[in-house]
Amino acid sequence: MSVATDTAGWRFALVGTPNSGKTALFNALTGKRQKVANYPGVTVERKTGTLRTPCGHSVNIVDLPGTYSLRARSPDEEITRDVVLGRLESETPPDLLMCVADATNLRLSLRLVLELKRVGRPMLLVLNMFDIARQRGVEIDTEKMSAELGIPVVTAIAVRRGGTCDLLARLDELAAQSLGPHTENTWQPPSSAELRAEQRRADAIFRAAVHMPAKPDSLTTRLDSVLLHPVAGLAILFVILFVMFQAVFSWAQPVMNLISAGFDWLGALAHGALPAGLLQSFIENGVISGVGSVVVFLPQILTLFLFILLLEDLGYMARAAFLMDRIMGGAGLHGRAFIPLLSSFACAIPGIMSTRVIDHRRDRLTTILVAPLMTCSARIPVYTLIIGAFVPAKMVFGWFNLQGLVMFGLYSAGIVSALGVSYLFKLFFWRDDPSPPFMLEMPDYKLPRPKSVIIGLLTRAKAFLTRAGTTIFSMMVMVWFLASFPRAPIGATGPAIDYSLAAWIGRIIHPILAPIGFNWQISVALIPGMAAREVAVAALGTVYSISGGDDAAPKIGHVLAGQWSLATALAFLAWYVFAPQCASTLAVIRRETGSWKWMAVTFGYMFVLAYVAAFATYHIAVALGAG
Amino acid sequence: MFLENPPVAAQTSSPLGRALAGFRGRIHAIQVTDGASGLTPEELESRLIELGFVEGATVEILHEGAFGRDPIAVRVDNATIALRRREAMAIFVV
Repeated sequence: MSVATDTAGWRFALVGTPNSGKTALFNALTGKRQKVANYPGVTVERKTGTLRTPCGHSVNIVDLPGTYSLRARSPDEEITRDVVLGRLESETPPDLLMCVADATNLRLSLRLVLELKRVGRPMLLVLNMFDIARQRGVEIDTEKMSAELGIPVVTAIAVRRGGTCDLLARLDELAAQSLGPHTENTWQPPSSAELRAEQRRADAIFRAAVHMPAKPDSLTTRLDSVLLHPVAGLAILFVILFVMFQAVFSWAQPVMNLISAGFDWLGALAHGALPAGLLQSFIENGVISGVGSVVVFLPQILTLFLFILLLEDLGYMARAAFLMDRIMGGAGLHGRAFIPLLSSFACAIPGIMSTRVIDHRRDRLTTILVAPLMTCSARIPVYTLIIGAFVPAKMVFGWFNLQGLVMFGLYSAGIVSALGVSYLFKLFFWRDDPSPPFMLEMPDYKLPRPKSVIIGLLTRAKAFLTRAGTTIFSMMVMVWFLASFPRAPIGATGPAIDYSLAAWIGRIIHPILAPIGFNWQISVALIPGMAAREVAVAALGTVYSISGGDDAAPKIGHVLAGQWSLATALAFLAWYVFAPQCASTLAVIRRETGSWKWMAVTFGYMFVLAYVAAFATYHIAVALGAG
Repeated sequence: MFLENPPVAAQTSSPLGRALAGFRGRIHAIQVTDGASGLTPEELESRLIELGFVEGATVEILHEGAFGRDPIAVRVDNATIALRRREAMAIFVV
């Protein structure tokens, strides 16, 4: 038998509890050789990669969602269960289970190991974060642990270069022999009595093989005494959120100016190089200014993601959930919903997808329904544009930038309406259903690793630019086409766009939007805004620069300041707090809830809110003399 | 040390859900008395065990939320778990 050399077809599965550093280990083992896709039929992320051992063996690795047990209480955990048990038709059953555990926090992992052993597949226990454990004075007798558990135990430091050497050497040893025996699968969903017995066995093994220092991690304890303080903790959380929004608005500005100048230069270059006519207009107004007006927001989106990634890696997100649980619970939301809702500040799509960590259907549904109310980064372009054009950049109360303050107000409006809406859902849809528990492990604080933050930021930047390059670009071409055809008749007196398809569509929907102060140009721009909210900005640019004739595409904001009343601008902002028209968000809601009904409910309630808010804003502003 | 119904004798166990921040003790029993948590008693018991709440484990309430002292952050042996008082009522401590 030549099992020893033929490892190319081997598949190892990474299994572990949440916060065990499983993903860091996966990154360390597979590096850039990763593929992210979805499991067929469900929206659980499937992360695979290949690993090469020092002896040249190649192994396929799949990173499974974190879980405390195979009992599977959420779609993510069901995937872990089904892959481990080999029940998933689309997956080759794993040849080896690599169980990852945090060496500083082994109790719960050991119980999971005992449960996994019943599956009967060859196993290996990886004690991750071994450096931190040793530093804290945790002593682990790996040989004894290995003997007690009956599986090989190896240590690793996923975040350090060379930290996986022992593990790789061990895999080579395994490859040189064979993987060890498959035994019969005797796993059954354990009862609470069985779980209890298993945890007792795990505790006995823990006592035999691990010596813990008398004191828990003192840094985490000291930090928590401030960060989880009932008053100081909440105050710090709000300061963090406030700094985050100020940063998004002001830190990113210099880079944005640079990008904007770059696209202006490119546009001027195209204008000079091409003969006047349709092609010139297409390249300059359709392509360059269209893509440019969206790409310019990359620095803001990355600033926001930088904060989210840092807070997540630091271990602060679970604390934020703890602090917010009661506040959100009052509105019928789960403390765990805090993380998906915070991600929704970047984009509702990853936010809605991350609601999979909420195992209760009702909680998950409420979170999904209100996630689009969180101010996503796609609204930033719209807010920035309108605020920049209509709100003076003066300081109030000494050091608050008025523009930043308005931005903060718009974000707050989104949050308050999300809490209100979820409260109403709780009242009308599930009054009699008691809310499910909030139980969450709070990991020790860890310094974020620059490398993992950079990998995270690059992934986000790539996703945004791909979107800007495909969906948004094609929408921009469509808007340009709608705004340019049919062309104005010879001898026409009005601007060319008055004769176009865009004007025709805009005038049809204009009567519906006129009561909230929108002109037909806004009505036109909202149509491509269906593809992605930020496209509305580019569309306004296209609509106005084309209708402006030979004005050589002046800055969009400058044009708007001249053309819109303040009341219209404020109504437009109010509309965008809700902005129901993002088609991709609606598509994701349909996919995640598996029903058209909830998608329609979301669109319906958001449209009504947007309309009412814009209507009220417009008429109050007009009454105050801003018409 | 307790919000209400203080233990009559030193060895009588009381629910962790009533203990205040700073409480240290040992788990005497996991016993779900009602269905108030929205889970079946068996399911709640299983989940508590999976997070390390088993008889004999040492517990300490490290932190309380700002509103109604809820939720609580509990040190269970050497892990910290956040949960609401309603669920902590099923954990009996001495």
